[in-house]
Amino acid sequence: MFDFLDSGQYDVLGAFWVTVQLTLYSAVGSLIWGTVLAGMRVSPVPLLRGFGTAYVNLVRNTPLTLLIIGCSLGLNQTLGIALGGSTFKEIGFRLAVLGLTAYTGTFVCEALRSGINTVPVGQAEAARALGLSFFQVLTLIVLPQAFRAVIAPLANVLIALTKNTTVAATIGVAEAALLMKEMLENEPQALFAVFAVFALGFVLLTLPTGLLLGWVAKRVAVKR
Amino acid sequence: MSSVLYDTPGPKAKARNWIYSGLFVVLFGLVLWWALSLMGEKGQLDADKWSPFVTDSRVWTTYLLPGLVETLKAGALAMLIALPFGALLGIGRLSDHAWVRGPVGAWVEFFRAIPVLMLMLFGFALMAPRLMDVPSDTRPFWAVVTGLVLYNSAVIAEIVRAGVLSLPHGQSDAAKAIGMRKGQTMFHVLIPQAVTAMLPALVSQLVVILKDTAIGGALLGFGELLSMNRQISANYSNTIPTLFVIALIYIVVNFGLTSFASLLEGRLRKSKKSTGAVVGVNDVNDMATGANSGGI
Repeated sequence: MFDFLDSGQYDVLGAFWVTVQLTLYSAVGSLIWGTVLAGMRVSPVPLLRGFGTAYVNLVRNTPLTLLIIGCSLGLNQTLGIALGGSTFKEIGFRLAVLGLTAYTGTFVCEALRSGINTVPVGQAEAARALGLSFFQVLTLIVLPQAFRAVIAPLANVLIALTKNTTVAATIGVAEAALLMKEMLENEPQALFAVFAVFALGFVLLTLPTGLLLGWVAKRVAVKR
Repeated sequence: MSSVLYDTPGPKAKARNWIYSGLFVVLFGLVLWWALSLMGEKGQLDADKWSPFVTDSRVWTTYLLPGLVETLKAGALAMLIALPFGALLGIGRLSDHAWVRGPVGAWVEFFRAIPVLMLMLFGFALMAPRLMDVPSDTRPFWAVVTGLVLYNSAVIAEIVRAGVLSLPHGQSDAAKAIGMRKGQTMFHVLIPQAVTAMLPALVSQLVVILKDTAIGGALLGFGELLSMNRQISANYSNTIPTLFVIALIYIVVNFGLTSFASLLEGRLRKSKKSTGAVVGVNDVNDMATGANSGGI
């Protein structure tokens, strides 16, 4: 039943490795971009708040598929931006990371913002009474507590990101979903076996992430 | 304005805010100027690339509107099927019998862990001529609906479960006291209240479904809104303007749905139709994970 795995024709592990890489690069990128966005959305400068709100609302309501295809068709093929990549494979991968980061950043931002709201006002008031500036209050007092409070929501964002990397298949990044599509076309008799293999792969990727980060979230939560 | 992070700005802080605003405007302007000049270089700013969307009604009647209709059709149908199916799964997960609870729980967790694209591909392969013989012109549509239903019924199951669990214990206690059976308690007392509480979450889930139809357009040849970009830019060679307009349509539709869900949430919170907490927009908006709703 699973003999298509032994034929050596399909590199299932390699495809999942690309999925993992896409997830990791996009996770780091969207964590940084999401934090910057969250900083803007809570800042005292109205213009920055406005930009943050507009960005989050616009990008959240756009399909991820459109963002990634836009990166490929618009940025790369029309405007000629290659993000420093030279081969088709490299460029596709980097464009996918860009699209995933732009999209996931908004969800990281919203998770962080709700985390900032869990910090009691007294904390910030005390910090201000000590004479700390907005930036110091944010980075020394509020964000460390907020980050610990939002590990569980961020874990959900990470799991969703892992699943969303499959959309990169639309611009030809050789990750798990693209290989699955190819295998379903070539091995129609092994439909259920192929699906089982890839489903298992994703369960193995997402389940431990959720359990591990759920455990971490309980460990580091600020007891109040 | 004051918040957790800062006091109402005084004269000094106001001046500083102006400086920051100025810096941001300059930076944003530079990025915008760079993007626009690059687009201008490649001819994407020429008037004839943008004017078809205003002057040529055929762009709308042949491509954009039929695409939008397909998107809405697939989304609405998937929602209609996933709703009762998801409600059943959610009730099954709350069952007192381990032999129901266990398998249903496994089913829900499994389909929530699989990317919706893979479910669509699976559905597409399942409808191959050899197996189910779905006509090739409607096959992408049904594959997309299948994928969306399998995934979103699992998410809705979690929303339903959260809605029922959010109701106070007194509700089922009272139902027991007047002699209702378990099934009666569930269908006459708990579910009606839970459904009201869940409405905002369900409406916002529709946004997720609409966004996900775009995957089917890109990989299965489903003729939805996003897939129209190829045909329009093939005719007018205006890739970037087309993508802009399509993105705008998605944003308008989805933003409308989200606002409606928030409005509904506000009304429900005030009207007290339900005794439980309202399962709000933000409880399930997490990129289609439905994750927050599970943890109550």
